[in-house]
Amino acid sequence: MTRPSVLVLRAAGINCDVEMSFGFERCGAAVQSAHVNRLLAEPDELLRHHVLALPGGFAYGDDVAAGAVLATEMGTHLAATLQRFVEEGGLVMGICNGFQALVRLGLLPGLEAPVGTQEVALTDNVSHKYEDRWVRLGVASERCVFVGDSQDLELPIGHAEGRLVCLSESVRERLHAEDRVVFRYLDAHGETASDYPANPNGSLDAIAGLTDRTGRVLGMMPHPDRALFGHNHPEWTRRHRGAGAPDLGPGAALFQNACDWVSANR
Amino acid sequence: MEHESRGSSPLAVCIEVGIRPGRKDVLAARLANAAQRAGLRLPDGLSTRRGWSLNVQGDRAQAERLAQRLLADPVMNTFVVRLPSESPAEPDTRRLEVMRRAGVMDPSARSVTRAAAALGVTISDVRSWQAYVLPGDPSDELLEQLGYGWLANEIVEEVRVDPEQGVAPAPTLPDTPHPRTVIPLRDANDAELQRLSEEGVLALDLVEMRTVQAHFRSEQRDPTDLELETIAQTWSEHCKHKTLTGLVDYEGERWDNLLKSTIARATHELDRDFCVSVFVDNAGVVKFDDEHHLTFKVETHNHPSALEPYGGAGTGLGGVIRDTMGTGLGAKPIVSTDVFCFGPHDLPAADLPPGCQHPSRIMEGVVHGVRDYGNRMGIPTVNGAVFFDERYVANPLVYAGSVGLIPAGMVEKAARPGDLVVVLGGATGRDGIHGATFSSLELHDESETMSSGAVQIGNAIEEKQMLDVLLAARDRGLYSGITDCGAGGLSSAVGEMGELIGAEVHLERVPLKYHGLSYTEIWISEAQERMVVSVPPEHEAELLALFASEDVPATVIGTFTNDKRLRAHFHGEEVMNLSMEFLHDGLPQQERQATRRVRDTRDPAPLAAGTHGAMLKRILAAPNVASKAWVVRQYDHEVQCGSVIKPFVGPGRDGPSDGAVTAPVLGSRRAFALGCGLAPWAGDVDPYRMALLAIDEALRNAVAVGGDPEQTAILDNFSWGNCEKPDNLGDLVEACKACYDGAMAFRTPFISGKDSLNNDYRVGDESRSIPPTLLISALSQVDDAHHACSMDLKQAEHEIVLVGSSGTELGGSHLARLQGELGAEAPLVDLERAPRVMAAVHAAIERQLVAACHDLSEGGLAVAAAEMAFAGGLGMELTLDDLPVDGTPDLDRLLFAEAPTRFLLEVERGQLDALLKQLKGLPHAVIGVVSNDARLSIRHAGSEVIDEALDDLRAAFLGTLDLDGEHDPQ
Repeated sequence: MTRPSVLVLRAAGINCDVEMSFGFERCGAAVQSAHVNRLLAEPDELLRHHVLALPGGFAYGDDVAAGAVLATEMGTHLAATLQRFVEEGGLVMGICNGFQALVRLGLLPGLEAPVGTQEVALTDNVSHKYEDRWVRLGVASERCVFVGDSQDLELPIGHAEGRLVCLSESVRERLHAEDRVVFRYLDAHGETASDYPANPNGSLDAIAGLTDRTGRVLGMMPHPDRALFGHNHPEWTRRHRGAGAPDLGPGAALFQNACDWVSANR
Repeated sequence: MEHESRGSSPLAVCIEVGIRPGRKDVLAARLANAAQRAGLRLPDGLSTRRGWSLNVQGDRAQAERLAQRLLADPVMNTFVVRLPSESPAEPDTRRLEVMRRAGVMDPSARSVTRAAAALGVTISDVRSWQAYVLPGDPSDELLEQLGYGWLANEIVEEVRVDPEQGVAPAPTLPDTPHPRTVIPLRDANDAELQRLSEEGVLALDLVEMRTVQAHFRSEQRDPTDLELETIAQTWSEHCKHKTLTGLVDYEGERWDNLLKSTIARATHELDRDFCVSVFVDNAGVVKFDDEHHLTFKVETHNHPSALEPYGGAGTGLGGVIRDTMGTGLGAKPIVSTDVFCFGPHDLPAADLPPGCQHPSRIMEGVVHGVRDYGNRMGIPTVNGAVFFDERYVANPLVYAGSVGLIPAGMVEKAARPGDLVVVLGGATGRDGIHGATFSSLELHDESETMSSGAVQIGNAIEEKQMLDVLLAARDRGLYSGITDCGAGGLSSAVGEMGELIGAEVHLERVPLKYHGLSYTEIWISEAQERMVVSVPPEHEAELLALFASEDVPATVIGTFTNDKRLRAHFHGEEVMNLSMEFLHDGLPQQERQATRRVRDTRDPAPLAAGTHGAMLKRILAAPNVASKAWVVRQYDHEVQCGSVIKPFVGPGRDGPSDGAVTAPVLGSRRAFALGCGLAPWAGDVDPYRMALLAIDEALRNAVAVGGDPEQTAILDNFSWGNCEKPDNLGDLVEACKACYDGAMAFRTPFISGKDSLNNDYRVGDESRSIPPTLLISALSQVDDAHHACSMDLKQAEHEIVLVGSSGTELGGSHLARLQGELGAEAPLVDLERAPRVMAAVHAAIERQLVAACHDLSEGGLAVAAAEMAFAGGLGMELTLDDLPVDGTPDLDRLLFAEAPTRFLLEVERGQLDALLKQLKGLPHAVIGVVSNDARLSIRHAGSEVIDEALDDLRAAFLGTLDLDGEHDPQ
């Protein structure tokens, strides 16, 4: 069995790197966190790992637009290496700000290679403000290796720019036809959420997460890294009253699935 | 510096980014919506643009490339590149532009410059702006209302209407020489001394000025302007707590140093073993687990927030986070708290005093400031309060708190002679000049213009970068001491670190944002995101390389010495050479008179029969009770993955938690609870009782969610009216006495505190004070996160138990206030009984006998019951006939009086006996059951006195502060 090796990227304003690292470490992965300056100077460092993790936060303050400055830097200096990394079987996980950067980079949904063609945007929430709330998610594609056999789950969101918009109607059609939608926001009845706040940002088709052609790249707005423990769930005191919360929260499985996949396939 | 160009001369361009046709212009939609709710009619078709003006090396094609690759999103945006000389006007529209004034921090400038470099485009002098394009011919009046009235803050921003040219890139400020200036102090008479203090915004009184004069006479020289400024900064009320440490005569009592003889005295007498460091460092430190301690500090940031709410509140939070980073050898900030006091959010425009911004605008700015700073730092904001009263209109209060986690062996620190003075983080500009002395003066309607220099704008990303690399440097042991640059800037930071040894700095070495700063401005600037560390010379190279690797500036500006002098040079000339001893210990003790305030307070008339349900809904909808979801949802309260009890609980996430529980060490269930208490309305009746109520409330909040009252530390933050007024000072003495009595009774030591004692504002000729506002913050240990408790009802047929005694006093209560009375007497915490009640409730929660727990606070029993019910989506049937009481409260009081130290507990039938055993010897009663009927029904003396649908109660609670009209249902 291969011990998964994970590179967690840091940059000015990235702020979820510690809990994201813990999510992987808990599953036995070797986690190394690296500042973007180092990776830009030595792109090949990436090829020594199985998983690239882009945590949430506000890279460079989200000045200009969420993820834009980081994506510009990575796109200029890392595009070829990133592409090679994915082609050779590497996994990429971008959460929230990381997802925004992957979209700006064009790695997601990646309908048209090469990297660098932006096909969707994650832009201002319809509410035009940052919001922190828990949402229900439906698994829309089992093709993504991070999803495994996960069923519908609940996770928190925390963002101001998570509304997915497609470049064109044909991009939208291809997202569905080519099975790129991993997560959708659900309403209280388990149906695709049409309204705020179940769809917390006004995303097209309630899309909350995407994958690429390979199924090894995952980008999602909700934060599994804020739901690693049972006691993170807003209703644990109701659902597990008297028994204490379960040890693991709903977000832990995504990290486990990625590590299991690496162990089995690399 | 950005403005030095290479090679051929650069081209100035304006890049304007708009929303692509067919895409939603969310900002425009929000603006139109908000304007409509405010009664302002905007023309349909309003659209917004973002812009960047800059100098680019090369031609227009380079600017287009920058726009295409970075500034404009291909999915969402269109863009145009113009020269500044070209008109931005569009046909049949009017245009408003908002930009920051020259020299005001523009955080995006740095990121854009960096990203451009990655694209191979060299740019400089970046200035960002926002444009609003209104179709048709809206009136000048509307544009004016919209501009400085809505979109811009005149202090930091500039508005242009229908400009004929584009925005120019950031101007280069002139570099003017600043020769050494000596102030002729020795020969000044009293009038001249006072004039010097006023003109220099020194905020020193005559006695203090004379003391300074005497000192320089003894040194046989006159001071430089810098020396005088440094003394003023160090001696400011803000830094020295002159009132609390002075002499006070109060109604026959003589107090020598109130702080030492009440608040700190309790801490020392209690001598609790969990206290690691109290009152000496930037924050108090208590034990947590075997490897870590917790640090806790709450700051006030009132005056800057009155002028520039967004920047003031953001930098208030940024400042207290730096306090955490500067505690011991550096703690990691893990959660933030915030408490605000504002004028009524719906104050009629006609009642707004001149020179004031409307409370709703202040509130929005403050909330956005805290949101943008805290969220960007990646620190969850988990606990707080918002309180409204008309007396905060001109003088809002902003308290920001920060809890940190520090390795147990890293609390001790000391700069040593020979260590280098190294300044870390952001560059220095004119931001916040005179913050420390300004906060010690009264606000008046010209404060806006006079003190614009006192305003700071923060850049959270710079602070986050500094935090990341600082913790790495700490763990490598690269520095011996650290403190943050807060009020007084380098002056306070270097002065404090070198207090016992001495320090020498070279001010021209300090990195600047722009030319033209005088040596005094460099020394006292309160530019944000800076810290000072003392670095042993052998670690200099490693430390500088580490900081450089993550793009965080670190600059050696001097050396710690052993001559007990504070010395500064500017381009080779000595501009300061002060005795550390005089600077820190030379301040004469103040002597003040205090009197007991004369009050005339009454209880309201009894409520008419059949109106109690209506009163319940009125209280639920009162701004000080109503849901603060609009505020709290904008804060990240879950980052770092430690969240155990969140601000809102229950299936609809609409139940207001009493406190917050956080498990900060990933993989460990060890946790802590935070609570806060504040009772300004009770302070109008009796400041002694008010302070006890604040302590009681903070502890109730922490206990209700699972905190251990026996393992609790508390903080005091006083925001008071001008204490030169004897009755304000009398209120302060009473509150301090209560702090001592309360801390002793509950065995909860104060570990840190802060005071802001000049919250008076002038309206015309009249000087008015804010209500006495004491914030108590509590930090309690939670042994096991899985034993934490939430307030939402869990299941039908569970029993409801009331713990604590109901009473008759209505002072400060909502029942009285909503009927226009103060209430005759404020409730008095029973200091013998209250600690036992807290302990018993905690033991019951710890033993998991309790399904839900909610403390009784504003609105009393009826409000607490209503909140628990709609939070859980379950009904409640209560009977008030057998409540434990003190005195003989009538029905109004049983329902709505706010007697302290009371809790409502939900308990499973099978555990009722065990719970009652736990409560033995304490006032308590089983008062009802949980039902599946979605109503709250309360009976008294055989008849139904309240019977309300949960939906109506919830709607009352959610509607008042739903500022975006969303009615937040989830």
